[in-house]
Amino acid sequence: MIDRMSPVSEDELHAFIDGQLPADRREAVASWLAENPEQAAMVAAWRAQAEGLRARYGAVADEPVPERLKIENVLRLTGAPKRSWIAMAVAASVAAFAIGGGIGWFARGASAAAPSGFDMLASEALDAYKLYVVEVRHPVEVPGSELAHMTQWLSKRLGYDQRIPDLQAMGLKLVGGRLLPGPTGAAAFYMYEGPSGERFTIYCAKSGVTQTALRYKEANQAAAFYWVDDKVAYVVSGPADRDKLEKVSKAIYDQVDKAAVKRS
Amino acid sequence: MATFAQKVEATIPALRRYARALTRDADTADDLVQDTLVRALRSEHLFQGEEVRSWLYTILTNLNRNRLRSLARRPTLTSIEDNDAPDLAGPEAGGRDIERALATLAEDQRNALLLVVLEGLSYREIAEVQGVPIGTVMSRLARARVQIKSYLDGERPALRRVK
Repeated sequence: MIDRMSPVSEDELHAFIDGQLPADRREAVASWLAENPEQAAMVAAWRAQAEGLRARYGAVADEPVPERLKIENVLRLTGAPKRSWIAMAVAASVAAFAIGGGIGWFARGASAAAPSGFDMLASEALDAYKLYVVEVRHPVEVPGSELAHMTQWLSKRLGYDQRIPDLQAMGLKLVGGRLLPGPTGAAAFYMYEGPSGERFTIYCAKSGVTQTALRYKEANQAAAFYWVDDKVAYVVSGPADRDKLEKVSKAIYDQVDKAAVKRS
Repeated sequence: MATFAQKVEATIPALRRYARALTRDADTADDLVQDTLVRALRSEHLFQGEEVRSWLYTILTNLNRNRLRSLARRPTLTSIEDNDAPDLAGPEAGGRDIERALATLAEDQRNALLLVVLEGLSYREIAEVQGVPIGTVMSRLARARVQIKSYLDGERPALRRVK
């Protein structure tokens, strides 16, 4: 549309009407437009579009805010979290320990209610993480694009409503999920991928215990945060970068917590 | 100094405006704003110092993308007649045209255009909201403007004939 040799770029024309052109270029663009009626007409059309949009929607911001969107009502809706993540995280750093990968196998068959069973669950989850995280072509059974189907399927197989966390705000895209055998029945396994290909997984299953503290485990460059809340065990695994993993876990904790509040 | 909740509160009118233009439906828009506010207030700890406003636009934009994806999976029957009533004369006519033109844009283009034109975000802020380089924002903006212009310039009658 605009000649490559033009002294004014198309980006500058956009910046010109959007008020984002540096002051020292404004005059140059304005006088160039005065000599190029075709481009001037285009710019005028863009400007008219902007005015049309502002005329159509601008007044929405002046409307009174409806009751349900008033901050005090939204705050009430968010409710107080049942447990503070920070308190859990502090407890986890006290209890932090690193274990090898083999222990879980020998503990197979132990009651999931016992703490060892819970640790075992985490080992299984970490093993699943290590197994599938390197998988290029078939990391999941159901792709994240089929979220509704996957939610329905896994909710049915696990016997409780799955709320698959949305981690897009952290730059993590849902790759998808699969069904896995867990120590006490079916487990759901969700995989997320970051912009540079780093993967995180959530392994969750019904648990015999109602609630546990948050724990942290590291083995062979992979790590996991795990906890039980509302009779569901969660194991969040990822590369052994504790700070990042903690942030991801916290986001997941908050989202499943929100779902639990909604249920109750 | 304003608390986090106060900063969020100050943004609500602008979020409603953005959501209304994004969804072109008042109820859907307010649902989206409500979800955005709940999510933001519940994940205050994830907020890392950038501007609260950009962060809220990011959440809203992502939630809307999720919404459109789940809509796309669900077959819907929409009455063309209802939404495509003949333009009324008067100022409303222009508003409807721009609204329809907006509906023809690809979602990323619509987001970029509305964030700059309606919400007054800088190109840099939009790049952050969309998680892309500024160059991508500029090309989305350019394509949005070209598309709206061609729609308003007369591709509309061609579409009309379909009905």
